[in-house]
Amino acid sequence: MNNLHEVLRNGRLIVVCGSGGVGKTTMSAALGAYAATLHNRRVLVLTVDPARRLADALGLESFGNAVVEIDSLALTRDGRPPAGKMFAAMIDTKASWDELISRCAPNDEVRDKVLSNKLYRNLTERFVHSHDYIAMERLFEAQQSQDYDLVIVDTPPSRNALDVLDAPRRMKEFFASRLLKLLTSQTQSRLFSIASKPFFLVADRILGARFLSDITEFFGLFRTMEAGFVARANAVEAVLKQRDTSFVVVTTLESAPLHEAEFLIDALQERDFPLTAVIANRVTPGELIGRVDDALQVLESSIQDPSFVQSVVAATQAVDPSAQQISRVINAISRKSAVVVKQAKTEQVALVSLQGRCAKANAQVCISPISGGEITHATALVALGESVHPA
Amino acid sequence: MLFVTGKGGAGKTTFSSALARYAAAQGKKTLVVEMDDKGALARALQVDDLQFVAREVEPNLFAMAMNTEDSLREYIRLFVRNPLVSTIGPLAKILDFVANAAPGVKEILAVGKLCWEVRERNYDLVIVDAEATGHIVAQVDAPSILSNLVQVGVIREQTKWMQEMLHDKSTTGVVVVTTPEEMPVLETVQLLDTLQNTTKVGVAAVVANRVHEDVVLGVDIPVFNELQNAVRKKKVSPAVADALASPLEILEIAIDRRKNEVSNLEQLVSRSRSSGVMFMSVMDIDASSHNVVEQLTSVLTEELQ
Repeated sequence: MNNLHEVLRNGRLIVVCGSGGVGKTTMSAALGAYAATLHNRRVLVLTVDPARRLADALGLESFGNAVVEIDSLALTRDGRPPAGKMFAAMIDTKASWDELISRCAPNDEVRDKVLSNKLYRNLTERFVHSHDYIAMERLFEAQQSQDYDLVIVDTPPSRNALDVLDAPRRMKEFFASRLLKLLTSQTQSRLFSIASKPFFLVADRILGARFLSDITEFFGLFRTMEAGFVARANAVEAVLKQRDTSFVVVTTLESAPLHEAEFLIDALQERDFPLTAVIANRVTPGELIGRVDDALQVLESSIQDPSFVQSVVAATQAVDPSAQQISRVINAISRKSAVVVKQAKTEQVALVSLQGRCAKANAQVCISPISGGEITHATALVALGESVHPA
Repeated sequence: MLFVTGKGGAGKTTFSSALARYAAAQGKKTLVVEMDDKGALARALQVDDLQFVAREVEPNLFAMAMNTEDSLREYIRLFVRNPLVSTIGPLAKILDFVANAAPGVKEILAVGKLCWEVRERNYDLVIVDAEATGHIVAQVDAPSILSNLVQVGVIREQTKWMQEMLHDKSTTGVVVVTTPEEMPVLETVQLLDTLQNTTKVGVAAVVANRVHEDVVLGVDIPVFNELQNAVRKKKVSPAVADALASPLEILEIAIDRRKNEVSNLEQLVSRSRSSGVMFMSVMDIDASSHNVVEQLTSVLTEELQ
């Protein structure tokens, strides 16, 4: 699959990556709404914490770990309801972890011991980037289900977007790590062995023996779930590389997000993950930039022309402007639009370099034109999805 | 001690640098600390790479990069006084063990170092370019979190004085930097709720960064709107349409964005005000310009004086 529209028509899984603040969550929902409405597909959008307005736009009051169907009326276009369906769920890390433990635990006793362990929440939150792993886990579940034709995953905002992609491998590495072996090898004579090794002695002095034994107990329980976790991690990795899986990177053309996007493109290539498209979001159309440039030249010469000023006065006579007001308003329009154009031109240059980078990665560059308003209803999401076009 | 946090990309590092420069210029001996070892602080201050040992990068302004392994070494030297330390091999291995297995240990080693500098009165002000919004609570309240988990041991003993320092609002505060967009504002409000409802750590200020100007102000607004309307409805002479239609079209995006900004900022201001937190907004600085930190420092100097 080598272009975004083919993926929306025929793909099975889209993983949307990008830095925070570029409109990733909204874009994921927009692509989903578009595929459901115009390609008649049954789409599930899995998202992390969505903006409240986006949830409102989707007609969702309660948005949680459970999958909810978006009212098809909300996706109706030109009076016709879509043949497809759109579903959404928010990834709730805590609930998902609990579900995962319940599924992987060898028996009820282990499950209850883990779930009631004081360290459980803290530990799952840190040692394998728990949010990232859970996102991958949910993706796999959804992809395996026959309920959806297409699953779109909005990856969690993470310091390093790679953490998400590497989460299954990290999970496997964790189970194979010396740390875990060390912690769980001598559960019988734990205290004796702790006291006998200088290595543990220091840890013990720092943490206290009680804490160390709490940790050891927890990992001992956790280890009994190794088989389930490792098998899962392998399966998730395999799905990510499947032919009908696509990665889409969303970015704006500002320098920091772009830098992150380029880094992601490299990382995806390195890992052999199929990158289909990079969506440049909130792009000022080149055609508009040209027109504004031309107009600003005209404005510069006509600003001194009394007949021009007179026409502006005539156009605004209803509010009876003073000469000073007219001059301030015209100046403001000239100055402020010049600032916007300057920024937009910088972004055009950045777009060209992004295209060069993507050509090498064999990825399509798509553009979503900027619009000032925020998404307030689902039809605006469909429109946003429709606005995405090849650069 | 000020912990500067915010959503990624909101301008935490820039703001920390500018605040540190301002404080140093006011005659305060200031330490600014990078917590994540990414080198962004050194770039913002335009100095060579920072180390764990603080260096005076400008008069009165000291800078360091946190490193938990060095912090652990210093800690063991100061508190554990264990003669076996020299025989246990590289500390990295122990740190790896301790930090991976025990929640909050890495954080407390970092925060402990900061608290130590404050307690010893080595500086007048410590400014921390801290963790992003999602992780700041685990960082700034690490001693409380850890003291709940750890029953005994040296670290447990240490958490008490640290908590006292971090919970003393006249000593420690969090500064939340945000942009005026919907999600960052929402995150900021949620962070204020979390800090104020579940921790004893105080919030010193909320800073809205990268705020845009209105296109026109006050009495000019009706004139602008009338003109925009006339152009849109093509009720102007061709000369006016040629000169103004496209500039107004491109400004429309800026105007819509500004409208959203204003409503987001209102929410932020009322939330800050209701809990007595200082609020400050900083206009957008041309990011392509040469020295953003320098510009921001002069903005801060103007505002704070």
